[in-house]
Amino acid sequence: MSEHEVTLTINGEKVTRSVEARTLLVHFIREDLSLTGTHIGCDTTSCGACTVLICGKPIKSCTMFAVQADGAEIETIESLAAGGELHPLQEGFWEKHGLQCGYCTPGMIMSAKGFLAENPNPTEDEIRHGISGNLCRCTGYNKIVEAIQFAAEKLEAANAGGE
Amino acid sequence: MPQLDDRKEHHSEQKAGVSAKVPTTDEVQIKTPEKICGMGHRKKRKEDPRFIQGKGNYVDDVKLPGMLYMDIVRSPYAHAKINSIDASAALEMDGVLAVITGEDLKAAGDLHWMPTLMSDTQMVLPIDKVVYYAQEVCAVIATSRYVAADAIEQVYVDYEPLDAVVDPFEAMNDNVIVRDDKEKKTNHIWHWEAGDKAATDAVFKDAATVVKEKLYIPRIHVSSIETCGMVANYNKARSHMQIYMTSQAPHAHRTVFALVSGLPEHKIQIISPDIGGGFGGKVPVYPGYVICAVASLVTGKPVKWIEDRSENLQADSFARDYHIEAEMAADKNGKITGLRVKTLSDCGAADAAANPSKFPAGLYSICTGSYDMKAAHVEVDGVYTTKPPGGVAYRCSFRVTEAVHMIERMTDIMAHELGEDPADYRLKNFIRPDQFPYKSPTGWEYDSGNYEAALKKAMDMIDYRALREEQKQKRANGELMGIGISSFTEVVGAGPSKDYDILGIKMFDSAEIRIHPTGKAMARFGTKSQGQGHETTYAQIIAEELGLPSDDIEVEEGDTDTAPYGLGTYASRSTPTAGAAAVMASRKIKAKAKKIAAHLLEVGEDDLEWSIDRFQVKGSPDQAKTIQEIAFAAYTNHPQGMEAGLEAVDYYDPPNLTFPFGSYICVVDIDKGTGEVAIRRFVAVDDCGHIINPMIVEGQIHGGLTMGLAPALYEEIVYDENGQNLTGTLADYLVPTAVESPKWELGKTITPSPHHPIGAKGVGESPTVGAPPAIANAVVDALWHLGVRHIDIPITPPKVWKLLRDNGVTD
Repeated sequence: MSEHEVTLTINGEKVTRSVEARTLLVHFIREDLSLTGTHIGCDTTSCGACTVLICGKPIKSCTMFAVQADGAEIETIESLAAGGELHPLQEGFWEKHGLQCGYCTPGMIMSAKGFLAENPNPTEDEIRHGISGNLCRCTGYNKIVEAIQFAAEKLEAANAGGE
Repeated sequence: MPQLDDRKEHHSEQKAGVSAKVPTTDEVQIKTPEKICGMGHRKKRKEDPRFIQGKGNYVDDVKLPGMLYMDIVRSPYAHAKINSIDASAALEMDGVLAVITGEDLKAAGDLHWMPTLMSDTQMVLPIDKVVYYAQEVCAVIATSRYVAADAIEQVYVDYEPLDAVVDPFEAMNDNVIVRDDKEKKTNHIWHWEAGDKAATDAVFKDAATVVKEKLYIPRIHVSSIETCGMVANYNKARSHMQIYMTSQAPHAHRTVFALVSGLPEHKIQIISPDIGGGFGGKVPVYPGYVICAVASLVTGKPVKWIEDRSENLQADSFARDYHIEAEMAADKNGKITGLRVKTLSDCGAADAAANPSKFPAGLYSICTGSYDMKAAHVEVDGVYTTKPPGGVAYRCSFRVTEAVHMIERMTDIMAHELGEDPADYRLKNFIRPDQFPYKSPTGWEYDSGNYEAALKKAMDMIDYRALREEQKQKRANGELMGIGISSFTEVVGAGPSKDYDILGIKMFDSAEIRIHPTGKAMARFGTKSQGQGHETTYAQIIAEELGLPSDDIEVEEGDTDTAPYGLGTYASRSTPTAGAAAVMASRKIKAKAKKIAAHLLEVGEDDLEWSIDRFQVKGSPDQAKTIQEIAFAAYTNHPQGMEAGLEAVDYYDPPNLTFPFGSYICVVDIDKGTGEVAIRRFVAVDDCGHIINPMIVEGQIHGGLTMGLAPALYEEIVYDENGQNLTGTLADYLVPTAVESPKWELGKTITPSPHHPIGAKGVGESPTVGAPPAIANAVVDALWHLGVRHIDIPITPPKVWKLLRDNGVTD
């Protein structure tokens, strides 16, 4: 199996590794880089547990090879509270009970982060469509929607304050 | 192995413990201040900080030095003879260490078969033949996940296909025998009955109205977002097996592993770390677990096995698959008088249900539901087919969802048949509040209930009468709108040791609380959360009892080396059993604390009274010792002659089950062109007794409702005539997203359980049980005037569209 050198930036840190051509990005993140917050829930790109941001866009990392991410900027769940303070989405999920078993949560939060960057002031319906690539089996989604609304308001307030 | 004396035994009558009339309220009770945060507070979850930061620790996150990986070769046939297995090409690959076959397991001590939780047997790996599609055939052990996946493609299995038997009714003809390993050459496994046949037949003879219907409750899959997996780590030098496992019942699994493998139980440690959803699917022992443990035993190295989603959907235990024929009788006043039910349970290739041992059909005889009737009789037969074994619960107490779907559909059919409003008809037939504790015709003693209060509240919330008016107008305009009700009764909290065991182990559960000298505490339990929030709710229970702030209590579950023995978390049993154990252990601690307080205050115990977090002298509350002061004294200044320390353990054997209930009302609009059902509103009023954390209860109800919506409209495992699974990925098996899931509207009533020490009942599964018939009833209600009496779930657009076309509503 051919080996390739991959250099990318993950959570602000530049890493270079040699990987097999067929290594899935999610395995690279979880196993080579030991960032196990990104999860795997299916093999058909259906569940979204593996969602990370690549150059700000939500991507299902089970459906991309590590070599395809060469040169990319990747953000995983581990980047969000890197400064020691929870991100408004993390706060929202905690405050509004937007998680139960926690397995879909990192992918859901990353998906929501990408979505809010595009649509900072969404309606409930837009949020539901925005996270429709991410499955949650525990919560019934109501409180996830509330968590994202909480984060949207908080981010909006922070932006308004910063202007 | 502990064995059942008689599989066909009718379950004995449920003897309740304490029962009393209890009032219904709708205000959550809060007795402790915010800083203590006992019961009733909307406390944010203690487990969440790790999950929201990606710092959970699930089985696939476990990485041990020198760890090997396992992958499984699976059968492409539902029924086939195995002529040979040639693993030579796989074994020649770089990085492949071993291929484990059924013959290898046989040589290792007959490990190629294992007992199921129902005391049936199931193949771990086959020697002669396979009996379901995707069955485990052999396993490859390799140095990496990718090499193992490559190597399974290099194993050549020579199969000779045999006829599959997919239809359970055909299976009953015994033309194809699934289990020819058994002495009796028949697919019929067991027959089970409850209720009084003669009395029921007599009621039907006198009935003014009888309605009959056939209902199929389809095969579905829990599909927790985390699949199943294991890391087995055998240490030869210590003769010690450490296992990380996706387990809802780690202690029971440890005992099963000890009994099956012959390893001494004290040399097996099972750790169930964070679990990514269970819903019943992580109760059984699957072949993969056994092979993985054997692989570590053989290689002396840690071995990891993580299922793919397809493997999980195609081979792990299914739920439901009940074919029901039901009849309901009513007298001339429309009062329900009797219920007669015959059911065929398609068990697949082994009876691997996760029911208590004496209940092959689970608690299905709860099927008279919320209605007072004279007589009922229920019969169930279990049958083998060439499909994966099961069945598990799918977020419900054992087979209660099937029972509730049937009784709620039948009640609705009867109401429509008699021309009565379905809400008024339920109100007329409910068991009345003054009838509790209520003895049901199938032998249950319902602990408490107030069904009319819940239904009336749901009717008020949704403005039921106005909806009926709107429906009349819509119908006049040719629009299809339906209103569906489900007034369900659950039965959870298994259970009393007299009747409830799994493989002979009684279904108690446990709590162990240790209070440290500085007044902080560690509490361990025999249950295992998979998202239910035990770390928070158990701490709140202890805070309520002992006055320790719930933030000062660390809750731990899932490590069999440290937790007290318990039967695990499923069937909404944690609060009724381990939650009660937390109360009882706290009260043992409080009794000792009182003695220490009396010693410190130099008064008699009788002079003391408890107040939130302290013992104080009656009449002079200034003279008091807080629980923290008492804890410190327990280690530094305890009375002479008394044991030091402040800790207790309790194994709680519940006197009865608990009976949560609720009323749900669903409004649907049907698209005449496509047959698509749109849920416009869904109001759910639940009564789960006293509430420990309202926020967590709401979350449980929301999640349960979506898992009720799923089989009602979307999910079904479908096989073709050869037993091939046609819905084996999440692209085909339709788990609802946030778009399909409606905005649930919740209400509550509170009718405490009279026998549970804090009056709680359990809630995680009620909505999964109650929701499907509300949705189905709404759809049929929209179509009744066209002559539609019943539609089997999932109610998909093609099914509805065909009915509309057949009735001339659409082209």
